Amino acid sequence: MTTTMTSINATRFVLDPTSERNPSQRQILARPSSLKGLTVGLLDISKARGDVFLDQLEQRLIGVGASVKRFRKPTFTKPAPVDLRHEIAISCNVVIEALAD
Amino acid sequence: MPSSGAESTLPDGVHVIVKRDCATCVMVAPLLTQLQSSHGITIYSQDDPSFPDGAKVIHDADLSLSWHNNIETVPTVIKVVDGAETERIVGWLQNEWSHMFELPNIGDGLPAYRPGCGSLSVDPDKVDALRAKFEGSLLTSRRVEIASLEDEMESLFARGWTDGLPVVPPTQERVMRMLSGTSLAPSDIVAIAPPDLVELTVEKIAINAVMAGCLPEYLPWVIAALKAVCTDEFNMHGVLATTMPVGPVIVCSGPGSRAIGMNSGVNVLGQGNRANMTIGRAVQLTIRNVGGGRPGEIDRAAHGMPGKLSFCFAEDEVGSPWTSLAVARGIASDTDAVTVFAGEGPRCVTDQLARTPEQLVTSLAATLLTVEHPKLPLAYDAMLVIGPEHARVFGDAGWNRERVIEELHARLQLKGTDIVRGSHGMAEGVLQKYEQLTVSKFRPNGILLVHAGGAAGLFSEIIGGWASGAVGSEPVTQLVTNVGTR
Repeated sequence: MTTTMTSINATRFVLDPTSERNPSQRQILARPSSLKGLTVGLLDISKARGDVFLDQLEQRLIGVGASVKRFRKPTFTKPAPVDLRHEIAISCNVVIEALAD
Repeated sequence: MPSSGAESTLPDGVHVIVKRDCATCVMVAPLLTQLQSSHGITIYSQDDPSFPDGAKVIHDADLSLSWHNNIETVPTVIKVVDGAETERIVGWLQNEWSHMFELPNIGDGLPAYRPGCGSLSVDPDKVDALRAKFEGSLLTSRRVEIASLEDEMESLFARGWTDGLPVVPPTQERVMRMLSGTSLAPSDIVAIAPPDLVELTVEKIAINAVMAGCLPEYLPWVIAALKAVCTDEFNMHGVLATTMPVGPVIVCSGPGSRAIGMNSGVNVLGQGNRANMTIGRAVQLTIRNVGGGRPGEIDRAAHGMPGKLSFCFAEDEVGSPWTSLAVARGIASDTDAVTVFAGEGPRCVTDQLARTPEQLVTSLAATLLTVEHPKLPLAYDAMLVIGPEHARVFGDAGWNRERVIEELHARLQLKGTDIVRGSHGMAEGVLQKYEQLTVSKFRPNGILLVHAGGAAGLFSEIIGGWASGAVGSEPVTQLVTNVGTR
């Protein structure tokens, strides 16, 4: 009986403390060769003076022939609401992904 | 008869569980041999398969029968009728045995009562392994094998599962023992953990609580704190993602906080108390490991602060002149609860000379003014941890909690001319349109008062907050429930 107990304790296994998510590998779409005629979404995350930066960016994008749609999150501290993400997804062709603070 | 009427896995008849290493079992052994002949009882021995002498004995070698029938004491006599347990006698009680076997003179010459001995299935040296063996299938987490040449502690660092300090390896035995602290099932989902929005099970929390160093009795507090931080109001996602140096500050209230040995006194915000340190750490490890909130990834803090390892303490309710924070936030008195607040590191307010409440509250207000920046009002809450020697000044003068907060607000009304951008040589401040207005430093419910700290020292502590309210984080209070084993 004692032998049985010892063998259980001796096994060196631990339990995975994570979410055990195995993200499936997804291919990124090929980059477009030009932005001409494409709709670009710009999402203002509602931080101060973000609009100043995005106004400049919008002019540059229009200059290369893109059309621009502007969006705004209610607060920068929370992720964009599902509805807003959906609206961006169905009305834009291109996303510019960037991080700044 | 705890199991009376319940379905039994034993066949109909009378079953007796014994061990030789028990004086009471040895005392009744000759009687058991007789009862096997006269009444056909089934005898199970936990240790010696030839005990009792001369009887036909089933050896419960792996203790599975004892475990599954919740045997805590030997001898235990169980009567099963039509597949259900109808009677259970624990130890030797002459009148009860006499009644069950319908033998008025059973055990003549024996004492009327003799308590039994501890069952081997609840032996402290064996119980964790047995729980893992017989109930471990309740756990669904992936088993990760540690290679024979791997150092156990190093392997957990290497997998990215720690907060930078060593963790206790979460073996099945330890996790099963941790789960004995709550009546919830391992598969119960108690929250959705940000940032990855993962369904947070009690099992995953228990694993991380083991790693943090918790005892099972801390687990309900860890669960309550996680429920609180995973609300939209508290906004753990934002607390992680912000560049500001904040984390969940967990304040524990109620008699249970004292029962599990939490510290509300000397060095209350410091190191040294296992419950304080490990409950807060378990919350952070769970957010890291299950939610996926790791520094440098979603956690973008410019500086962070040491309390992001763990920032958890108890209110001193017993010595307080006031109602507790939890009661002030709507919880019944003498009820266990946690309040979570998105806060930065604490700073000390020293005033060793104030002897009137007016003097002291003015000092506290002057320091509260500097939370984040003296010229930034309304955007941040603050938690004020009043030490007992400061609280006594208010208590002796008859100032209750509401009065202290009211007097603080009265001293924290800021003139627009003092706080507009550019005033006093500082670019930071509010927009010009506020110049002719008076603005409150804190919103009406933006000061959270807590009584805690050592008995000596005329100090209090300020814990500055993060973006307050719907735009950022609201403090959340959550009841501690489901204490104890399933």
